[in-house]
This record gives sequence, structure tokens and C-alpha cells, in this order.
Amino acid sequence: MPNLSATEPLRIADRTFHSRLFVGTGKFSSNEGMRDALRASGTELVTVALKRADLSGGHDPFADILEFLERDRYLVLPNTAGAMNAEEAVRLARLAVAAGLPNWVKLEIHPDPNYLLPDPIETLKAAEILVKEGFVVLPYINADPVLARRLQDVGVATVMPLGSPIGSNRGLETRAQIEIIIEQAQVPVVVDAGIGLPSHAAAALELGADAVLVNTAIAIAADPVAAAEAFAAAVIAGRLAHELGLGGTSARAVATSPLTAFLG
Amino acid sequence: MSMFSHVHPTIDFATLGDRARHASDADVRRILARGRAISLEDFAALLSPAASVHLEALCRLSRAATQKFFGKTIRLFAPIYLSNECVNICRYCGFSRNNDIPRITLPVDHVEREVRLLAARGFRSLLVVAGEHPKYVSNGYVETVLRRLLPIMPSLALELGPLETQDYVPMVRAGAEGLVVYQETYDEPTYRDLHTAGPKKHYAWRMDTPERAYAAGFRRLGIGALYGLADWRYEALSVAAHARHLLRTCWKAQVNISLPRMRPAAGGFAPKFHMSDRELVQTIAAYRLLLPHCGLVLSTREPPDLRDGLVPLGITTMSAGSSTEPGGYGAHFDETTWTPVGEQPGEQFHIADERPPQAIAAMIRGHGYEPVWKDFDQALVSEGEPAELALSPRN
Ligand code: SF4
Repeated sequence: MPNLSATEPLRIADRTFHSRLFVGTGKFSSNEGMRDALRASGTELVTVALKRADLSGGHDPFADILEFLERDRYLVLPNTAGAMNAEEAVRLARLAVAAGLPNWVKLEIHPDPNYLLPDPIETLKAAEILVKEGFVVLPYINADPVLARRLQDVGVATVMPLGSPIGSNRGLETRAQIEIIIEQAQVPVVVDAGIGLPSHAAAALELGADAVLVNTAIAIAADPVAAAEAFAAAVIAGRLAHELGLGGTSARAVATSPLTAFLG
Repeated sequence: MSMFSHVHPTIDFATLGDRARHASDADVRRILARGRAISLEDFAALLSPAASVHLEALCRLSRAATQKFFGKTIRLFAPIYLSNECVNICRYCGFSRNNDIPRITLPVDHVEREVRLLAARGFRSLLVVAGEHPKYVSNGYVETVLRRLLPIMPSLALELGPLETQDYVPMVRAGAEGLVVYQETYDEPTYRDLHTAGPKKHYAWRMDTPERAYAAGFRRLGIGALYGLADWRYEALSVAAHARHLLRTCWKAQVNISLPRMRPAAGGFAPKFHMSDRELVQTIAAYRLLLPHCGLVLSTREPPDLRDGLVPLGITTMSAGSSTEPGGYGAHFDETTWTPVGEQPGEQFHIADERPPQAIAAMIRGHGYEPVWKDFDQALVSEGEPAELALSPRN
């Protein structure tokens, strides 16, 4: 495992994360395999779909995804996947807290079940309500810089723009907008969705994203543990590159005789 | 956009059918190289004998596309038959009004007992099925059943005779989130020939059911053809066209496609058209390449070996340990082993995979997939939503 302390820790709300890799828990071939991959990733934040969990506060052996998450290792970030509007997302978040989950929520509202693209209007509405109720809200959004700012204004803890559609593994197709979001951000920016390769994750971090969230690429890999390690390494490499300012155009081709030499 | 019953006749099935039979090897290779089908023409080519030669490559692409969107998971559900009373005569169905079988409509308490058995077996997702009979769907019986089942089953879908939008609204309010309606056959002359009496005679009315259901607020729509009634390539093309239409018009709904093949049933109907196992696999892969986000459902109509082989090839949802008779779980299953005991005289058709749900879950795990019992929570359902949807114009 690469040395996590080599890079700056990340703060979200009142918590500090040493790993900048967040991992989603859907799509794994088994709960045991998921547990091993999460350990190998070194992550400290995992998201879990509330629709798959037992929210009664009991322990349903047939809806036991929460049982496999080592809650002392990770912050479990409940997500509202499946919600089609603000009302549904808010109700799910409240229910999760009542069932003993933290008051953090990954706000996901996608009325279109095919591309799972987030609904900006409902997301903003739900964020406003949940922030007022004291939730730490991490909204999943399209890479829309104006929406990111509107959400910051209502008090969200991060913004989570998509790199490309969920499960597409197409990487940072929204790069130009993500750059603007990062430039304007007052809260951490977590690139979510579309990260299919470690190089995509590294690129997001190099760009200045504060973290990435990866699910499909790890969950359906032939060897999810090895894939998790590859992503962990990539995230550190990307972050180091960002902190060192590698690849900036000014570093290249500096003239031996500067054009401004005459200024003395 | 107009309803699908208006769109279907405008599709050039003659040309598509020709392509589905005579596509060239080059046509197929071009689609395989792209990795997905982008039109009905592509889909037709993938159904062709030329594509059959490339079945292995087709299945590899199908598996990859399925895993990308659905992960390595298979959702499980069980059907519960409320009633086998039916006013229709459908020549292929065991519930047909002219068949001499015991007729039962379960009292609500009895339904609950059956569903508790299913819940103890792991199911959290249920398909509530009833024959088409106005007496049982018009007086609140279905709503009462749904309300009773909600605390036990977070996910409830319905398969009943088609209704008007406003008649679906109370069912959505009572907790149903999915609606399944098979067209059976999209070939209109065959349809008329097979549905000789009862409201099911109305081909177009049935075809537009998913759109009426969507307007009432259902968020999962299931469609399909019953393979065996007409040429399978024509049926598959029609279902694909229907799914594409629904993805545009009912954009908030998850569209699921089932691929039932005819099974023996009371009445002794002999299917005229045969779809081989190989053709079924090819069709599943073709659907996946055209419709990467649609659920593909496999029932217990298929035998164990075939079901096992299909797990990693493109399906997303399976039923398990099913009874197709009202009251069949309590009456005809051994509660400790969950295997069927004895005949089920009132069943709709006879199932081919009789393994208990736990054996199916173990088989899914054996393939390196996770069986998912729960994938919906009632907290997701908005109280006010169905009515709002019903009032908004959609077409
Ligand atoms: S297919 Fe449906 S409508 Fe037709 S007889 Fe059977 S239960 Fe009744």
C-alpha cells in the first residue's frame, strides 16, 4: 500500500480523510468480495444504497449489505439512489438516520433509470431541506458549475460532479466543466461516476479534484482486490502530481534568455 | 408522441424480418466490432442465422454490457397468484374460462399466509398475479391485498388484466410500483385467433397498457411476448420496438423485458412455433446490445441447466421456487425443503425449474454473482405522486 501520509489529508465537514478514494458498494459479486476490496482500497468512506438495506433498524438476513461494512473502518455514506424526486430522497435520508446511520447523505436523485443522470432541480430542493435539518449533504450532480455554486450557497459539504455517465467507464468526458467547478469551489469536489481506469482517477486528482468515487470499475473487475489497489495507488499519484504542480505549462520551455531581460 | 398501438403498424417489419433472416456475415461483424446495436436494423441482424455463428462473441459483449450497468448481481422475485378466475378464453392458457380446473380467489388472510412463507424464504420482491375478472379487480380487493402485503414485501408489482389509468391510481397508492403486461403475440391476426372471447380480445388496448400504467405512476414496466405463438424473430423485433418506444415516452420508468417460452398447460395447446435454446440465448444477447439498461427477466418456465447457463449472459432478474396456482405455496410445497409436492391442479402452467429459492441463490453465487433480494424501499414512494402523474398529459 502506498504511503497515504505523503499527501495532504482531506477535510469534509468535521471529518478528516487520509484516503482520497471513495468506493461504492453496489454491483459486487458477493458481500465477502466487497469487504476484501474495500479493505484493499484503503478507503475511509463507502457509499451504500439505502434501497438495498434494511431500514427497520433490525437485521434482515436477506437485506444485509450493511452487515458487511466494517463501520469502525469507514464512514458509511448512505445514498438515495432510486429516489425520483426531492421528497423521496428526503424521506430516505430521514429513515436512514432513524435506523442508526450517520447523518451524512449522498444525495442522488435520478428520475431516468437508464442513464441515471441527476435531476438538478430536485437535487437543489432536497439539498436545501436536508442541510436545514442538519444533514451533511454530498450531492451527485451533472458537471454543471452554476448548479455547483447554487448548491454551495445552500450549504452542501461537497459537490460530486460526474465524469461521464454511471457505469460507462468513459473517464473525464466533462473535464472542461469540472475544471470550472474546481476553480470556483468553496467545498471539496469529488468526481463521481464514469471513472473506469486508474488513469482516469489520477487525472481527476491531477486536475485538482479533492477525491474520486469509484464503484463499477472495482466491483466488476476480474480481481476486485487488485483493482482496488490500483485505484488507491493512482489516486495518490494524482494527488501528489497536483500538490507538486507537475505538468503545468510554465514548467516547460523556459527561454534561457528571458524576453523581459531588458527590464533589468 | 402517439401510443405504441399507432406506432407499431408504421414499422417496416417486412424489411426488418428480411434482415433478421438474411443479414450477411459482414453486417454482423460490423455490429460486433462496434460492441452495441444502435437501431432496429442492427438488432434484426443480431437475430439472424449469420449472427448465430458468432454466438460466443455476442454473449461476451452481452455479459460485459450487463455487468457495466447492473454489476455482478441478479435480482430475485416470486410470483403470487391471487386468483385463477378469468373471463377470457386464451387458447394457450390454463386459466382460460373454458378449462375445467378448480377456481379459487384467495381471501386476503390466505394471501398474507402465502406471502409470509415467501418472505421466510428470502423474497422481498413480489409479482402479484391474477386472472382477468372484473369482479376481483374493481371492488378494491387488489388494493386491500397490496396494503396487507406492504409491511412484509418492500417491492410489489402487478400482473392483471389491463385497466384504465384512473383504475391503476389506487393500486399505485396502495404500494404497487411495477406493472407487467405481456402482449403475448404482436402478430395481430394470430392475436385475434388465440383470444376468442373476453376483453383481452382488444389487441391495441392491451398494447397501450404500459403507457396508461405509467401515467398512473408505476415506475417499473414489464413487457414481453410469449414465444411459441408466432415467428420468434418477429416477436423479438416487436418487443424491442416497444421497449424503445417506452424508453422515450415513459422516461422515468425502468423497462423490463421477459422472454417466456410456451409451457404445457391445461387445455393442451401445442405451440406452433419453436424457439430453440440457442435462439433464446441469441435473443437475450441481442436485446442487451440494443437496450443495455433494460432488465431482462427469466422465469421458472425454463429448465435448470439453461437457467444456470444464462446467469452470466445478460439476464438481470429471476424468479425461483415458483407456484403458478393460487394458494400453491402453502398447499403444495414442503415448507422445510421448499420443493413442490404433488400436482397443482389449478396452476396456470407447469414450471420447469422446481429448485427451492435457496438452491437458486447458491447457484447464482456459484457463478460469482450476488443474489439481490431487496432493491426497493417503500420510503421511495411519494404519497402525492400518482395523482399528479395521472393528471399530467403525456401523449
Ligand atoms: S392468459 Fe391471462 S387473460 Fe388469458 S385466460 Fe390466462 S389468465 Fe386469463
